[in-house]
Amino acid sequence: MNEPNQTAPGTYRGNFLREVEANVEEGEWVKMCMQCGVCAGSCPLGPYWEHPPQEIFMMIRAGKREEVLSSSSMWMCTSCYNCLVRCPRELPITHIMHGLATYAKRLGMEPKQAPMTPRFAQKFWDNLTATGRVNELKLGLALYFINGVAEGVQTSMKMQDIGLGMLKTKRMSPFEILGGHGVKDRAGFHAMLKKAEEIELAKIAKNKAAGV
Amino acid sequence: MTKKDYSFYPGCSSQKGASASNCTTSINAICDVLKIQLNEIPDWNCCSASIGYAGGGELPRLALSARNLALSERHNPGQDIVATCAACWLSTRETKDRLAHDKQLFAEANTALKEAGLTLENKTPVRHMVEVLIEDFGYDALKAHVKKPLTGIKIAGYVGCQTNRPFGINGESFENPIYLDKITEAMGATPVENYEKKVSCCGGALAFSEPEKSYALIKDIIEAAYDGGADMIVTPCPVCQMNVEVYQGLINKQYGTKFNMPVVYYSSLMAVAYGKSGREAGLDGQVIRAKQLDELAG
Repeated sequence: MNEPNQTAPGTYRGNFLREVEANVEEGEWVKMCMQCGVCAGSCPLGPYWEHPPQEIFMMIRAGKREEVLSSSSMWMCTSCYNCLVRCPRELPITHIMHGLATYAKRLGMEPKQAPMTPRFAQKFWDNLTATGRVNELKLGLALYFINGVAEGVQTSMKMQDIGLGMLKTKRMSPFEILGGHGVKDRAGFHAMLKKAEEIELAKIAKNKAAGV
Repeated sequence: MTKKDYSFYPGCSSQKGASASNCTTSINAICDVLKIQLNEIPDWNCCSASIGYAGGGELPRLALSARNLALSERHNPGQDIVATCAACWLSTRETKDRLAHDKQLFAEANTALKEAGLTLENKTPVRHMVEVLIEDFGYDALKAHVKKPLTGIKIAGYVGCQTNRPFGINGESFENPIYLDKITEAMGATPVENYEKKVSCCGGALAFSEPEKSYALIKDIIEAAYDGGADMIVTPCPVCQMNVEVYQGLINKQYGTKFNMPVVYYSSLMAVAYGKSGREAGLDGQVIRAKQLDELAG
């Protein structure tokens, strides 16, 4: 499979740093990293990163496009913001990691099976944009059954005590399955999101054509 | 005394039948005592928390919070926005700051908002309920309403991540914020000194997609509370509250521990100290009951 997006756009002349600066949220900060590694040491899931943030930053500068964008690394971010507040160069690392994840996903280069976060995060987005508010019951069920029915039944069994606890304390409602909470101006809400997505994609296309 | 008005952004988990509905209950109880009027932003939407990024790009995510900011400007003009959920607060304040510093993004957000018939001036302060309590009232004023001091109850103040970083509470440090300890102390309880996991991460949304890794983090948070002699953990964050409370059974099975540590909202704690009933304080929302608070509330 040779998806057009998965090969480096010729317009960036192989300069992955420029591509990241143009298209990734807060990407213009990448070059400021001084490789101290405080981010790696501050991350609650640090040991599980394929490449810790400072390595990702250096790999971007070294043009390792495929390795960076297909990495599971940024999908290990718990959004605890520890790296961000400790970075001596004040790089918004958490946001850059989210931005890299968004960009990788947009290009279809994110890890497909494990870790599960790319798929879970997509389900979260689909869930919240459907009605404008998160439906926790549907989100939980979608997650349990993410790998099919057999595993879903197993996970549901394992989690049943938690579900019962939440039901008993009225912190989960079975009626949410029928629709549940949502915004009233559904049409305006969806039109707004559609427009925002259009503007963003147009910017990326423009950057690519101009070879920023 | 006249009531103080705020524009309230409750967030998805605070709704009826959702995981932090007990947070809302207890917040309402303390607002009643403190004469705080929370005016819900009409038709607010989800902020996409910090896990929406797989499906939503930067601008669509910013647009979500921009819509809430614009609705607040229109319907609750002149009122500070107040959020009780850490992620809601973070996303909304982040959006306000990002749009204030980036003219192009601000213009683009307004183009998107126009589709929903809205415009944004972006002038409204975005605050956490804890900021309101500390800055608009102060510890002494909070203490003045105490009817049932929580004497003898030892509390591990678990601040967590997003109430503390990247914004935090003015004047507090990221590594060892002390406001939560000061609030529990004002209620007559005893804070655990040097609670080791005060600002550690519970895994956040990754408790769903990386359960085993997150349970290991949660286990340490609870263990440190026991080590400090705590009777219960108290937190301001809905995600922290749920993650640290509801997985204790699974963690016990996996690690052979015998955890049964109540994890309570600061607002539930305050409501009990203010003489509210257990139901008003949201104590019936505890999966692990906080027995000392139940007894005190009667």
